[in-house]
Amino acid sequence: MNLAPNVLALLPEYILTLAGVFIMLAEPCLKPGSSRKPLGWIAILGTLLAAGASWFQLGFGTVHAFSGSIQTDAFSIFFHLLIAAVVLVTLLGSLEYFEGNATHAGEYYALVLFGAVGMMLMTCSTELLMVFIGLEISSISTYIMAGFRKGQAVASESSIKYFLLGSFATAFFLYGIALAFGATGSTSLAAIAVGLGTTKTPTLAILALAMMIIGLGFKVSAAPFHVWTPDVYQGAPAPVVGLMSTAPKAAAFAVLLRIAFSGFPSMQHRWAIMIWILAALSMTIGNLGALLQRDVKRMLAYSSIAHAGYLLVAFTAFPVEGISAAAFYTAAYAAMNVGAFAVITQVGGFNETARTLDDYRGLATRRPVLSGVFAFFLLSLIGIPFTGGFFGKFYVFSAAIGSGHIWLAVIGLINSGVACFYYLRLLATIYAKPTAEASEVAPATPVSVPAIVGLTLATVATLVLGIMPGNTLWLAQYAGTSTMIENAREQCAATPNNCQQMPVPMERR
Amino acid sequence: MQLALFLIFGGLAIAGAINLLLQKHPINSALSLVVVMMSLAVLYWSLGAEFLAAAQVIVYSGAIMVLFVFVIMLLNAGEEEHTHGSRAAYIAGFPGAAAIFCVLSFVFLTESKHLGSANLGGQLSQASNNIAEISSVLFTKLLLPFEVTSILILVAILGAVVLARKEQ
Repeated sequence: MNLAPNVLALLPEYILTLAGVFIMLAEPCLKPGSSRKPLGWIAILGTLLAAGASWFQLGFGTVHAFSGSIQTDAFSIFFHLLIAAVVLVTLLGSLEYFEGNATHAGEYYALVLFGAVGMMLMTCSTELLMVFIGLEISSISTYIMAGFRKGQAVASESSIKYFLLGSFATAFFLYGIALAFGATGSTSLAAIAVGLGTTKTPTLAILALAMMIIGLGFKVSAAPFHVWTPDVYQGAPAPVVGLMSTAPKAAAFAVLLRIAFSGFPSMQHRWAIMIWILAALSMTIGNLGALLQRDVKRMLAYSSIAHAGYLLVAFTAFPVEGISAAAFYTAAYAAMNVGAFAVITQVGGFNETARTLDDYRGLATRRPVLSGVFAFFLLSLIGIPFTGGFFGKFYVFSAAIGSGHIWLAVIGLINSGVACFYYLRLLATIYAKPTAEASEVAPATPVSVPAIVGLTLATVATLVLGIMPGNTLWLAQYAGTSTMIENAREQCAATPNNCQQMPVPMERR
Repeated sequence: MQLALFLIFGGLAIAGAINLLLQKHPINSALSLVVVMMSLAVLYWSLGAEFLAAAQVIVYSGAIMVLFVFVIMLLNAGEEEHTHGSRAAYIAGFPGAAAIFCVLSFVFLTESKHLGSANLGGQLSQASNNIAEISSVLFTKLLLPFEVTSILILVAILGAVVLARKEQ
């Protein structure tokens, strides 16, 4: 099949956009009050097609499109597949969740798809302005989705808090782009990498990078920019939290990887210090904060801050190892976190009948299978062997140790120990003997078939990443090398006389 | 001329911004924001960015400010009250703003030698036209971000529908 680069490079995005627009057009045609599930199925179909299109792209190597603002390579395809998988699990879990509860279920499906388009555009663009637009699309759709339980005060609080702090963060990111343009004369990552060699204003470039790290640090909820996370996760609907704690973060990490390793590779000794501090703070604050929480969603919010910290550890490693470790960790984290929130969706329901640790007491006697799955995800979040979380942590910390950041790895390992405590506390509560009142709770509604499929997908993904990480690791490493090679080639194309080849990535393995 | 413009409108922008923070009534704050926006437009224009200046006046001083004033009127917002939270915001906000100000001024002062200068009416002295250049970049190199903005606006419209429509 012969496709023009402009079509081929953005095939998944086109499919998702068309599906989203179709849902918007079909929504008013349905009778008010009738089921919105067909729209959900269209969204699921669109996501599957988009994932297939991403897989199809893998056969074409690196494709440049739209005057170099889009670069579809193994790196972007890895994150495309990841985002599509997260969206799929979220949609499968949302079908029953929003049915009859929210009046805007149709718009919800369209928003999820448009948000996914924004996230995917972030991962495949090498032009900072494009990244910014993608970031805004994904952010605005998540701000709205956070407030979808309109009746509740916590939902509005969640949405508004997220919106205000998120806008503040994007302002930082945008200012960083402007300063990078001032320092290097371009907003394209390849041109920035070349421009950094000749710039007369290196301080400005560092400030630009710091601003962009702050902006993206907000989005991935790295400490000290994490304050919004617990409140937002507590108020937002559970499936949405599952989505927004994984997919937009994966996209933001992909952007951060591209900016750091493709745009500012010559400044690694400088930005590695900033990332070091962010990683250490996020791990520590996240885990210590989680210890104090009684609300399960808030606890997982702090846990996601800590996981953002573990992921940031990978940035201090050597480029290819760092990128592949970070990509693998993102996949493992996405699988187990979206799974954990899928369980919470089923346990709590739309009205969130189960919120605190006390509500979860004795869950295992009422819903044994669901509790077993939840326990598996919690074990994976701890990082027990035979789960995705274990290999994720293993690759990240070994990459950090390999580049000499032993203290950071030590901080990370101590933090993993602290983290055991609160995950195991939740686990022990689930398997504890139910109290008298808890046993009087109304019988739980059975889990619907699509939700079972979604949960199975997340469980299988976590398990496969833990037992047979080979394939994903191969794709992650391919992703890491592909960006670096392309980066070197582009730099050479920009300055043929002064061609500095990157250290050959394949050598290091 | 350029220096005089800069001093007058730079001072006006800062005065407007401080007034915006100090005013208790939201409508007064909104009107000081108009002053800030207009002075910024003049500063952009004096730096040779005519398109940005025009966009600033039309979009910010025009559309966004009208929206602000409408919202304030519709909500019938009264004087703001000082709560415990707003005092905490003062304690965190002023040092934060001061820190950002110090960092930015440090960087710009250290790099001031190498940063180029732009002049009033750059169009007259330079061969290329600012607006012509923006439009050619917007429809060639930056075509995709320009087009994808439509999805952004679509998402915003969807959000407005979802958040504003009454529950049945």
